[in-house]
This record gives sequence, C-alpha cells and structure tokens, in this order.
Amino acid sequence: MSAIISIRNLSKTFDDGTAALSDVSLDIQQGEILALLGPNGAGKTTFISMICGLIRPTSGVVTVDGHDIRSDFRAARRLIGLVPQEITIEPFENVIRTTRFSRGLFGKPPNDAYIEQVLRSLSLWDKRNSRNVDLSGGMKRRVLIAKALSHEPRILFLDEPTAGVDVSLRKNMWDLVRRLRDDGVTIILTTHYIDEAEEMADRIGIINKGKLQLVEQKDVLMKQLGRKQLNLELQTKLQAVPTELDGYGLKLSDDGMSMLYDYDAQAARTGITRLLSDLAAAGISVRDLDTSQSSLEQIFLTLVEENR
Amino acid sequence: MNWYAIRAIYMFEMSRAFRTVVQSVVSPVLSTILYFVVFGTAIGSRIQTVDGIDYGAFIVPGLIMMTLLQQSVTTASFGIYLPRFVGTFYEHLSAPLSFVEIVLGYVGAAASRSLVIALIILATSTLFVDLDILHPVWMIAFLILTGVTFSLLGFIIGIWARNFEQLQMIPLLVITPLVFLGGAFYSISMLSGVWQTITKFNPVLYLISGFRWSFFGVADVPVAVSLGAVSAFLVLCLGVIWLIFATGWRIRD
Ligand SMILES: Nc1ncnc2c1ncn2[C@@H]1O[C@H](COP(=O)(O)OP(=O)(O)OP(=O)(O)O)[C@@H](O)[C@H]1O
Ligand SMILES: [Mg+2]
Repeated sequence: MSAIISIRNLSKTFDDGTAALSDVSLDIQQGEILALLGPNGAGKTTFISMICGLIRPTSGVVTVDGHDIRSDFRAARRLIGLVPQEITIEPFENVIRTTRFSRGLFGKPPNDAYIEQVLRSLSLWDKRNSRNVDLSGGMKRRVLIAKALSHEPRILFLDEPTAGVDVSLRKNMWDLVRRLRDDGVTIILTTHYIDEAEEMADRIGIINKGKLQLVEQKDVLMKQLGRKQLNLELQTKLQAVPTELDGYGLKLSDDGMSMLYDYDAQAARTGITRLLSDLAAAGISVRDLDTSQSSLEQIFLTLVEENR
Repeated sequence: MNWYAIRAIYMFEMSRAFRTVVQSVVSPVLSTILYFVVFGTAIGSRIQTVDGIDYGAFIVPGLIMMTLLQQSVTTASFGIYLPRFVGTFYEHLSAPLSFVEIVLGYVGAAASRSLVIALIILATSTLFVDLDILHPVWMIAFLILTGVTFSLLGFIIGIWARNFEQLQMIPLLVITPLVFLGGAFYSISMLSGVWQTITKFNPVLYLISGFRWSFFGVADVPVAVSLGAVSAFLVLCLGVIWLIFATGWRIRD
C-alpha cells in the first residue's frame, strides 16, 4: 500500500489565537478507511478542512497523490470529495440540479447516467425533483453525500456522516462506505461513535486537543483490547513478589494485598492454571479473583482523560 | 481554467435569477412605466425639451442606467452572499477553482441578467417615446461595461457583507442617491454653478452622460472622459477582488 495523502507537521492557529491543531503528521493509505475519533472541539473538522482547502494551514505540508494542496491545488482537489459536518445546502434548488452543479464545479463534463447511479445508490432518485428544503434531515445529509460523490472522487472525507441519522440509515451508510472502499475510494471519516469506528475502520486515529495522539491499525488495537487482566486478592499482605513467580510479570499493589496478571484472552494458553498452582506452591493463598477487559472506549477515555 | 465550473456557476445563477418572472421581468417593466407616467407625463408637460431633446426620450438613458446599476449590484451581491450565508460556499472552496472562475461565473451571470433587464426597459420605453439611437454599438458597449463593472462592485459587497442589512445598505444608501443626483432625469446644465461642480464628483454622472451621448449625441461631459471613468472604476474593482482572494479576506480562515 502507498500513501495517497501525506501530511507533515500540519498546524492551525486561528486569528483569535485558538490553536486548533498542532503538528500533525500522518500518511493516509490508498484505499483504506481511516476513522478519526475525538471529543468535541478536538480539531477533527479543522484537520479535514485544511486538507480540503477550506482553511489555510498555519504551517505544514500536505500532498494528495503527490500534488501539494497549495501550489498544485487544482490537481489535489479534483481527487477529493467532502461531506461537511453541518448540513449546508441550497434551499430552493432541487436535488438533481444541486448534484449536477457540484459535478460541474469540480470540472467534470455532465454525465446524467452517473448522477442517476449516485442518486439511486443513496435512495434519492425518487426525490430528484424535490426542493432541498422539502427534504428530511437524513435525506439532506444524503444529498450532501451525493454532491461529494458527483465528481467521482478517489478520496472521500465524511465529517460525522451518521450524526442524527436513524439506525437503519446508519447501516445503509456503512454499506455505502464499504462499497466505495471496494471501488478503491480512500475514506476518512470522523465519528463520536466508537462502535462505528470498530465496525468500519481499517485504521483508527484519536485526536485530542489538536494533537493526533494515536493512529493504529484496528486489528492491532483490537488485539490490545483482547488483553485481559486477572486481579488476585490476597489473604495476607505480601512484601514482594517471590522470585519463583518472576516469569508471570505480576504487579503487586502498593498495599501488598493484591496482584495483577496481564494475559491474552485469545491465546491458546492463558497461563492461568499454571499461575494458580505456582501460587499455591509458593504458599500464597488467594481470597478472591476477578478479570477485566479493556475496550476501545476505555483506551479512548483514558487517553482523553490523561490529557485534559 | 475550469470551464465546466464557470458554466455550472453561470447556469445555476441564471436559473436562480430568473426563477420568478415577476421579480425579474414584471417588476422592472412596471417601475419603468411608473417613471414614464410620473416623470415623462407630469414633469414632461412642464419641461418639454432638454438640450433640444424631447423630455420623455431624454430620461430613457438615465432610467436604463439606474436600473442597470441597481440590478447589477443587487444581483451580484446577493448571488455571492447567499452561498456564504447558507454555508454552501464550502464547496467552492474545496473545488478545483481559483477566484477567476468564481468571479467569471457570478459576475457574468449578474451582468447578463441586468443587461437583459436593461434591454427589456429599452423595449418598454419605445412604447412611450420615439427613440433614434445614434450610436447603437457604443450604447451596447456602455451597457456591457457598466453592467460588468457594477456587478464586480456587487460581488465585492457580497463578500464584505456580514448580514442582509449591510447587503442592502450600499445599493439603497449610495447607488440610488448617486443615480438621482447624477443627472438621470435632468441635464447638469440646468443646475447652478456650485451644484454643477459638486455633481462633477459623482461618478455616476459620467456613466449616464456617456450613455446618453450614445443615444442623442449630446453629453454633460466629453464621452472620452466617461469611458475613461468607467474603465478606471472597472480596474479598481478588479484590483479589490484580486486583493480579496489573494488575502482570503472573509473567505478562508
Ligand atoms: N473559524 C474559527 N475561528 C476560531 N476558532 C475556531 C474556528 N473553527 C474552529 N475553531 C476552534 O478550533 C477548535 C477545534 O474545532 P473543530 O471544529 O476542528 O473541532 P471538532 O473536533 O471537529 O469538534 P466536533 O466534534 O464538535 O465537531 C475548537 O476549539 C473551535 O472552537
Ligand atoms: Mg467537527
């Protein structure tokens, strides 16, 4: 895989002094789905807006398929479709004209067969002659997607595509995103729903307070998530972990009354049986035990909390 | 150059501008008729001729200029303000466009629409007065030059405005008074000395005078001066627009 978007040291400080994004570097791979998570005001929209040309970066370099977004902006922007977070749409135009307009704006010759295909794939074909004001919120959001797809982009930015969208439509959108990915479109989406990121993404990035705190393959993250902890409550206070138990990597609590054992729940051998018998052999009696599993949500919250 | 984008903006704007026939055609025709009734008939019965021209015919160029200026400024300012207000301007910013395409699309559409309306008024006028146009080519040239220039001004206003009040302020408080005081309905030779001098500072005077010359061959100021004044204003507007886009003022954070 090769990077289709390459971002180096991207920063934005607004005129009012708000540092919305600081020093973000990232390669986005051709054909991947990258989900960006982060609390309100983290800088996700600012990040996307800079790549798409809505906001001028304060510093940093972005290239899209090798084209610098400033010096070679036409070539770069031609490849990108953007679905903004806010629903912004021409109120009195109808659906099909709005969509055709977007295609023209991106310099593509008219192609009604393609526009029809896009509108059908978004279940908007029956509404093509309705005025945008007369559509429901979910339909308006789909019109925004249709506009973004109208010029056959190779990269699609979706800024909270499923905010305020009902459950079945959400599933439809996930399907659509997957189909686009299968067609080779690179997709960057932001979301507040962790299950959405888990469901959709190949890679997950967490932005907090303008910093990209983590970018990781979802599978790798899920493996980390697969790790469990065994908490052993001890009968009697322990000064130190006996040397014969060194191989387990046990962590003794400050009060000496409990120990933590990390293990991989998906592994063939968790080592729990052996640990328990070794504990007995070492003369340590366990009063109680319980296990806990970290979730993406916990990782997310821990990261965000640590940096409040 | 992104020609499809220019076409898309132009067509979109034209369809918006002519969506209501009442607003775009009926209302200018109606107001022309009203001006003829009030100025042509009521005042014309007292004045009869100005510079040897029948008063009814004399006011036609002023009337057309007045409408052309107002329509250019309002159409262009509204055209570019609307997507900024609604928020759809994000799409222009994310598209492979430079300001050249945006200006050509919006200003082209606004100028076209106001030219159409100007011609409708000209046609309506012939129902009331006999008109011989002495220099038809120059007349069209003045129409286009003025339509484009004031559409550019409207575009600047539409970028500058932060609300609808500001959007309407300039046409209402600046353009209309300047037109009325710029000799739309009289020749400045009818004014006393001091007022004549003051009026010479009104840029609209040069427009109306030049345009009237293309009809009747008489003018308040030499036609070359008129032409120079409009061209200078055109260049000024282009310069301001170039600055706006170069700095991203009110466009890109
Ligand atoms: N035009 C602007 N001028 C000044 N500050 C801005 C501007 N746009 C955004 N900000 C600030 O930049 C920060 C990041 O905002 P941004 O919209 O990128 O967050 P976000 O991660 O998209 O949040 P959300 O999840 O709520 O959409 C916020 O503190 C916001 O107030
Ligand atoms: Mg946002």
